[in-house]
This record gives sequence, structure tokens and C-alpha cells, in this order.
Amino acid sequence: MKADPKGVLTGEHYLDGDHACAEGAIAAGCRFLAGYPITPSTEVAERVSERFPQVGGVFIQMEDEMGSMAAVVGAAWGGVKALTVTSGPGFSLMMENIGLAAMLETPCVVINVQRGGPSTGLPTLPGQADMMQARWGSHGDYELIAVSPNSPQECFEVTIKAVNLSEKYRVPVLVMTDECVGHMTEKVVIPKADEIELYPRRYTKLPPDQYLPFKPGKDLVPEIVKAGDGYKIHVTGLTHDEKGYPVMNWEVQEKLVRRLVEKIRLHADELVDIEEMQMEDAEVVIFSYGISSRVAIPALQKARGEGIKVGLLRSIICWPFPEKKIKELSSKVKAFVVVEMNYGQMYYEVERCVCGKAKTFLVPHGGGWVHNPEDIYNAIKEAVK
Amino acid sequence: MKATATVQPAEVTEHPMEALLRMDRIPHIWCPTCGIGTALTAFAEALKKIDTSLEKVCVVSGIGCTGRVAGYVKLDSFHSTHGRAIPFATGLKLANPELKVVVFSGDGDIAGIGGNHFIHAARRNMDIVVLCVNNFIYAMTGGQVAATTPLTANTSTSPYGNFENPFSLPQLAESCGAVYVARWTALHVRRLARSMTEAMNKKGFSFIEIICPCSTIYSRRNKLGDGLDLMKFYHDNSVIKHGADTREMAIEFQKKIVVGKFIDRERPTFLDAHNDWMKQRLKDKFVAYGGPQC
Repeated sequence: MKADPKGVLTGEHYLDGDHACAEGAIAAGCRFLAGYPITPSTEVAERVSERFPQVGGVFIQMEDEMGSMAAVVGAAWGGVKALTVTSGPGFSLMMENIGLAAMLETPCVVINVQRGGPSTGLPTLPGQADMMQARWGSHGDYELIAVSPNSPQECFEVTIKAVNLSEKYRVPVLVMTDECVGHMTEKVVIPKADEIELYPRRYTKLPPDQYLPFKPGKDLVPEIVKAGDGYKIHVTGLTHDEKGYPVMNWEVQEKLVRRLVEKIRLHADELVDIEEMQMEDAEVVIFSYGISSRVAIPALQKARGEGIKVGLLRSIICWPFPEKKIKELSSKVKAFVVVEMNYGQMYYEVERCVCGKAKTFLVPHGGGWVHNPEDIYNAIKEAVK
Repeated sequence: MKATATVQPAEVTEHPMEALLRMDRIPHIWCPTCGIGTALTAFAEALKKIDTSLEKVCVVSGIGCTGRVAGYVKLDSFHSTHGRAIPFATGLKLANPELKVVVFSGDGDIAGIGGNHFIHAARRNMDIVVLCVNNFIYAMTGGQVAATTPLTANTSTSPYGNFENPFSLPQLAESCGAVYVARWTALHVRRLARSMTEAMNKKGFSFIEIICPCSTIYSRRNKLGDGLDLMKFYHDNSVIKHGADTREMAIEFQKKIVVGKFIDRERPTFLDAHNDWMKQRLKDKFVAYGGPQC
């Protein structure tokens, strides 16, 4: 289905990443946002609070992030596309109900404009150290999807993509941006509504007496209903069977958890979204995402200027990890240089997939400012030795 | 002449609550003599008299003994996370304002871990009904001290007696802005059911506290006898005082329990206030939320 033109600000704009995320969410049909103010993500909620009353949406500023995320899950079951937005400390508080969303297979979106941590860290300065929390932050086993934009234009685009993927796979999808991209202002082109493809919610067509709320389809994703449609469903965060009823034994646990994991893992290949730059003849591969992938470009250019065959592989979808791509490359290239604003998170995924077939280097950064391209360049030099 | 009237029991084909309960989930997990079952029975009775069609009634529970209510009612029912039933219900209600959303949960869930959500939902006058079973302890985890445990009462984590002052929930609800506040015990089944109907037919944040100290753990640790003794205690010690000042109904250990309907007032709900305000400020630019969008 196509986007509703009422929510789409078609045209050329000069927007920061946070505002572009807000426009992406509105274009994608989100009409509910529950959030709690936190730097550097507040601009998303601010823009939504201004725009929603003009496009038929409801914004509510909640008392905290636990409440925000719980309200988002509740709203999704009420029949609206719902999202929230936060940063580090709030992201930690949302983990409880991100787990609930994963367990109840609730389509919803969480935007995390990452800042330096741990704890209160650097509220106004960037970080990329929530990547593993994005993957494993809530307790228990589950899989979800995380996207990472590196420009305001892409903030707009991947937020739409996040909403679509959340509907398709019935999982919370995380938009893992950062303070730099969030506060960077650039040209954002918003296309016409009929050029924006939306994934409709997967409502069942079965009558209530034949419908099982957690019976998966071929792609392991069950069909959904919304409250008030007469299905009288029960959904619970307890381990449950296809009927949605709690069952406390290992067999049902095994079946459920396995499906929650596999509905993403088995679709990893179709979910992969990577951008390649000068990869044709690359012997050294820079692996990066978000703002760090942009900072890596001057280093790449300088090394290329010296005849070093280096390319850039950028993950736009970070989770699931582009495992197959890295495995394929690892027997063809000499080395990987991972650039991220942390002390090794995605790096260890790269190392795992490379499995000793090439050298791996991490260019770490504690956050608070972007990498110095010179450090990345030096790592490239080290890698080609 | 000897009266020999014998009453033949009517043929029972189904349980009188069958239409409202998930019979395939019975037996329930609650202990014999627990008041939660009584509260659920009152709720089922109350549902028969509400203005909303049952398809549009949702129950949201948190975690704990009372949190299991959502699993037994034959309605759209959501068993959410500990303390978050109220914000979950907030999202559900705002997404579809046609729904009648009832939060059915315990004191630990609503006043302990979820206390912040409780006061804010009351402040906003979120149009939901909150039914709070107060059993004075964290019962499912083995009877630990709660934000509602009466002073001096013995619990598994206050083995020398409780020294913390408990919340008085009607006072908290009123002071935060609830439009309907009542309290009953598990003995007052008809009055409780009537109150529940009233609350569900009312617009705005309605709150009913249902007093039923855990008949297994709390009662045993405090040597209060069995379920029947508790019923006798409610009977002898409950004082019905409609319209009573909620500042004067704190629960003390084995003292009088003030019950009744205390507050019944009108305030604009969150969504009504939102819509009226936006209409005023944005005039014809305002587009009201029109119910489920996808």
C-alpha cells in the first residue's frame, strides 16, 4: 500500500536527522508516539508533537521510559502504528518492554539517538556504544532488527523502512542513530506519497473460532488482530502456546523461543542492507555504520591516493548482522578495519565471521566526538603491512 | 401437617460465568479462600450491566496473583509487565478510544512498582478503570512487605514487623485527580459489583480498591486464622461511609476498614482535553485522531 499523502511533506527540506526521523515516521503512517524527553533525541518528539495534531495523530509525553514503551506496545495492539524515541539512559529503561514487544510480537519502532555512556555519560555528544544493548538488552533470547542511518536523508528513509519491517516481521525495530547524525542538518528530499511503499499490518482474515493468535505462517510470523474486533484474544509475556495461553514447560518454551529467534535469523539474507564503496578491488575493508562510516571516507580517500586498495562496507541494517557477506569477503581480502564509536561491539561480530581468514583491526573511540580520520588511515596502513 | 416441600435443583447446563471466563483455563491458580476469585466474580457480574458491548472491553493486568486475572476473562486481555499495566492500558485506550479499558491488578503492581504510572494516569484523567486488589503483601513471590502492608504486620521480609508507613490508596487516587474512588472488601460482593459497573460506565480515571489480605501467607504469618476468619473480620470491622474524607481511612493493623464510594466527580479526560485544546489553538488545521489507523 502507498503512504497517505496527508502525512507526507513532499519536497526539498533542510532538516536535522531527528526531524527527518519524525517525518519518516509520519510518512510511514505512525500516528502514536509516547515518549519521555532525553537529549539528544527530544527534537523527534518535539516535531511529532507539533505535526501530529495536524495529521490526526496522538502524542503523549509519559512519566518515564518504562511507561513510554509500555504505552507503545498497548497502542500497537489498539490498532495504530506506534513509536517512541530516546537515548542511552532511556534506552536502558525501555528494555523491559522491548522484551515484552518481542514476546508479544508487537510491531513498533524505537529510535535511539545514541550519546556517550555509560550512565549519564555525555548527554549532548555522540556515541555508538548501545549496539550490543540493542541486540541483547532485554533479558531472554529473542531477535529483533536494528537499522543505522548516516545522514538526515537516510534518517527519513530508514525510519520508514523500520516501520515496514516491524509490520512484516512483527518485531520491535530499532533505529540506532547517534547525536551527530541526529543534530546534523542537511538537505532531505521527501518523495511523493505514492512513491512511498508501506507494508500493511498482517491482520488475519480468519473468523474468531478458527484464529490462533500465535500460530505462525510459512515465514514463522503469525497473523495479528487488534483489540475490540471480537476475537477475545489473550496475550501474555509468559511463555505461551499458539492460542496465546501460558504454558510452563520446556517444550512450549523451546518452540516459542526458537521461532522468535528464527523468524529473523532465517530471513537474515533478505534483510541485509549494506552499502559498498570502492569495494571492487579492495584488499582492506573498512566496516562501519552510522556517523563513523562517514568519518572513514577521508581516510579511505587518503589511502586510495597512495594506491592502497581499500573499500568501505557500511551496514544500514546492523541486526541481523551481515554475516554471509563478511564470511564471503574474508577469504578474498587481507584485512578488515572496523570503525565504531565504542571499544568493540560490532567488531567482535566481524572477527567471529572472519574466523581468522583475514586480519581484523578495531579503531575504537570512547564517544563524545567522532574519530580522527587520521587514526583510521593509520589502521589501514597497519592492515596492509 | 408436616411440610415436605423439596426443592429440585434446576438442571445446570453451564457455569453461570461461562460466557465471561475462559473455562479452558480453569482451574485457576489462586489459593482456596483467596479474595481475588471473589473480585473476579464481582467483575463478571458487573460486566453484565455495563453500557459497552463486551467486544469493546479490554482487561490489562500486570504481574502477580491478581495479574493473572487477564488470563481468565473471556475478553481481549493483556498480561503485560510488572507495574506497566496502566501505561499499556493508556496506549490501548488512546489507540482506540471506543474501547473500555480495565486495568485489573494488585497493589504491588499498581502502587508499588507501578506507582508512578498510577499517579500520572490519575493526574491526566486517562479514561480507564483501575481495579486494585490489595492483599497487603507481594503474595506470588512468597509474602514480602509491600507499599500497602499495615504498620507492625509481619511479612517474609519484615520478620520483626513492618515499620514503614503504607499508602492509603483512596487518598492517593483522589489527590492525584481520579474522578471515581471506592473501596470494598472481598466480603462486599454486591456492593463491589455495583461499584465496578458504575466505574465502567463512567468517563475518566476510576479507581476501586478491593481489600483482601492474602488468606494464605499474610494471614498465617500474622495468626489471623483462615479465609472464613478473614470474612468474619471484614464483617465485624468494615464501616460503610460513602463520601468519607479519604484522608481519614488509612489502614491500620487489624483495625476498622472504611469502605464505600468516596469520590464521584467530573473532569475532562486526557483525550477530551487534548481535542478541545487543539481545536481551540489550531482551529480548522486540527485533525482529530480518528481511531485505529492500521
